[in-house]
Amino acid sequence: MNDIQIKKSATTYDAVIVGSGAGGGMAGYVLAHAGLKVLMLEAGPFFDPAKDSSQLKWPWESPRRGSSTNTRNFGDFDGAFGGWDLDGEPYTTKDKTEFYWFRSRMLGGRTNHWGRISLRMGPNDFKGHHIDGLTDDWPISYDDVKPFYDKVDRMIGIYGTVENLPNEPDGIYLPPPKPRLNELFIKKGAEKAGVTVIPGRGSVLTQALPDNKDRGACFFCGQCGRSCKVYGDFSSSSCLVIPAMKTGNLKVIANAMVREVLTDQSGKATGVSYINKDDMQEYQVKAGIVILGASAGESARLLLNSKSSNHPNGLANSSGVVGKYLHDSTGSSAGGWLPQLMDRKRYNEDGVGSIHIYGPWTKDNKKLDFPRGYHIEFGGGMEMPGYGFGWGMENLNGSVPGRDGKMKEAGGFGASLKDDYRRFYGTGFGMAGRGMAIARADNYCEIDPEVVDKFGIPVLRFHYKWSDYEIKQAKHMQDTFQSIMHEMGATYGPPDGPENNYGLEAPGRIIHEVGTVRMGDDPKTSALNKWCQAHDCKNLFVVDASPFVQQGDKNATWTILALSMRTAEYIIDQRKKLNV
Amino acid sequence: MNRRDSLKAIGLGTITAATLLEACKPNNNKLAEDTTEKTSGADPTRLPNEIERDKKLNAEKFFNDHEMATITILADIIIPKDARSGSASDAKVPDFIEFIVKDKPYNQTPMRGGLRWLDLQCLNRYDKTFADSTSAQQMEMVNEIAWPKKAKPEMQQGVSFFNRMRDLTATGFFTTKMGLEDLGYVGNTPNKWEGVPADVLKQYGMEGV
Repeated sequence: MNDIQIKKSATTYDAVIVGSGAGGGMAGYVLAHAGLKVLMLEAGPFFDPAKDSSQLKWPWESPRRGSSTNTRNFGDFDGAFGGWDLDGEPYTTKDKTEFYWFRSRMLGGRTNHWGRISLRMGPNDFKGHHIDGLTDDWPISYDDVKPFYDKVDRMIGIYGTVENLPNEPDGIYLPPPKPRLNELFIKKGAEKAGVTVIPGRGSVLTQALPDNKDRGACFFCGQCGRSCKVYGDFSSSSCLVIPAMKTGNLKVIANAMVREVLTDQSGKATGVSYINKDDMQEYQVKAGIVILGASAGESARLLLNSKSSNHPNGLANSSGVVGKYLHDSTGSSAGGWLPQLMDRKRYNEDGVGSIHIYGPWTKDNKKLDFPRGYHIEFGGGMEMPGYGFGWGMENLNGSVPGRDGKMKEAGGFGASLKDDYRRFYGTGFGMAGRGMAIARADNYCEIDPEVVDKFGIPVLRFHYKWSDYEIKQAKHMQDTFQSIMHEMGATYGPPDGPENNYGLEAPGRIIHEVGTVRMGDDPKTSALNKWCQAHDCKNLFVVDASPFVQQGDKNATWTILALSMRTAEYIIDQRKKLNV
Repeated sequence: MNRRDSLKAIGLGTITAATLLEACKPNNNKLAEDTTEKTSGADPTRLPNEIERDKKLNAEKFFNDHEMATITILADIIIPKDARSGSASDAKVPDFIEFIVKDKPYNQTPMRGGLRWLDLQCLNRYDKTFADSTSAQQMEMVNEIAWPKKAKPEMQQGVSFFNRMRDLTATGFFTTKMGLEDLGYVGNTPNKWEGVPADVLKQYGMEGV
């Protein structure tokens, strides 16, 4: 170990891709199929859902019954190696602000466990400046991205319905799963409360995907979060990287933590350096094109850590915008239970592991005290019991009559209590708002001048504050949830109030962070051009959520996939013209 | 690939509960034979540090024998055997609680302290610990702390402890095979979701929604 050397690879790849999530995976898929020799570096272990998923495990197969740990934030069965805290890989915050940075270190990244909620951003999400002057426009419009959304829909598969709603573009859909019983109550209540509810939109194969023999159709276990052994939902590992490897053109090196992007004297990118976590040795690889898909946080970190005489501010950062305009979705939630559903009939309603119903934003901001909007994700029903099952029964069982029609004293023990758990089972539901946060230059990440991780790589320091816009939006969510639950005839608690910003989750908690290497036409105010190509370095591209100028209320993954495909096709075109 | 083929691909072509159970244990999973790219050792779904941590927790002992005996009595009072299923201790709930307090150490002081609080109450009342008290005395004591709304103010610490015991017992019981069967959970198995059954739609007047 005391003999550390830098090992330089003799091979020069056509492209090296950093990261294997939605962005890196799609770029690798397109380029490998086009015949380029591609190297993909992933900071975590290899992961193939077919072998490595916890799908269909029972709660008792976990000694903690599926509950979370510091290394598995969404529970023992969740398909994420990583979380908000990684051992030996810290990040810091500044000026007593908050940001929580979720990192999945594994092939496919966070796409192995994500909610598969697959939404297109709308015309007003790309070009929103005219609405209220609050956001910067993207250099591209919905019409520029639409053909790629279409291709992603066909290639990966998505369920949904054509609704013709404003700013909520329709796609090319497989049939959606029907609502569960609790979701019918939600739909009915929401409609009475003036909230539009439509079938969900998710990347789960509710039917076999035409012309695809590698992926199985969904068998309705509702466990997409564990990643799917038959590839019945979208993970970058199963649907992009592993198929790309089969072309023979994509090589993956797992456990490779990239340190910096290397450049030559002309300022062009020449490859990357990385530490191999297996042997703890330093490596350098050469490539004609460098593509970053490491995540909004990691890609910004890499660029800022790649300083040279040509790029003294960090690579692709003559504008100084790298790290700025970081924004995560807003999130606030509520839940309750339906007394009407006590003693309900049992049947299998696991359904799919994404949303069955969806509440798009349809309100008019002119009548509201905050800009832009949010959507609502709903769920509930007879879920597989796990850790936390039955908790707080003393708050429930005193509020309804027992089987004999008489009111019971809250709490208790014994056969009667045991029966209560059966009676209340499957009555619960939840709803979560996910909204648009306004991208601002003073929400940012930068390199902490004092702190390095265990590999000696300088770490990110975050500075992030919600503004009144986001807080008022969360208040509106809470008010809306209350009226929906009231109309449902549900039992529920009071709304979150000003004491906790109306339940507004801390920045980073929704894991939709974007915007740190934004695109634009003006090199003075953006790092990338409209093809996600660095203004300052023509053979450097960024394909994750970093290029987002302004996220809509729509979850980012489908847009990452579409933009990455668009950029990869541009790279192929530019190579033909010998421009890169 | 259609649904039938995809189930065949993971060895679930013909399903019975027993074969499903076997097929999903990592060691018996036919697809898990290729070990060249394993993320970890015996269980590919878990990272080496997770396996190590569980091993370490399992080797530790938190509760002493007296505390475990008390937990067992309380758990069986909370969830007794009835016509439908066994008791909390039949479902090994005390072992689950032992594991959970090691896994989530914030439970340790409330649990240890709560058990001691209970023993002191019983020593003052009956000259015996809770476990050594008669069943009648145990039930008298439990009735003082099991009903949050009517408990006396001086019993509030006991109420908090009993709420925690009730929660852990419920989770520990209903996440076992016995508990899932008692509850009538019939999922976690390949199927085709076609929506709410017609009779249920009718029962709740949801046909038109």
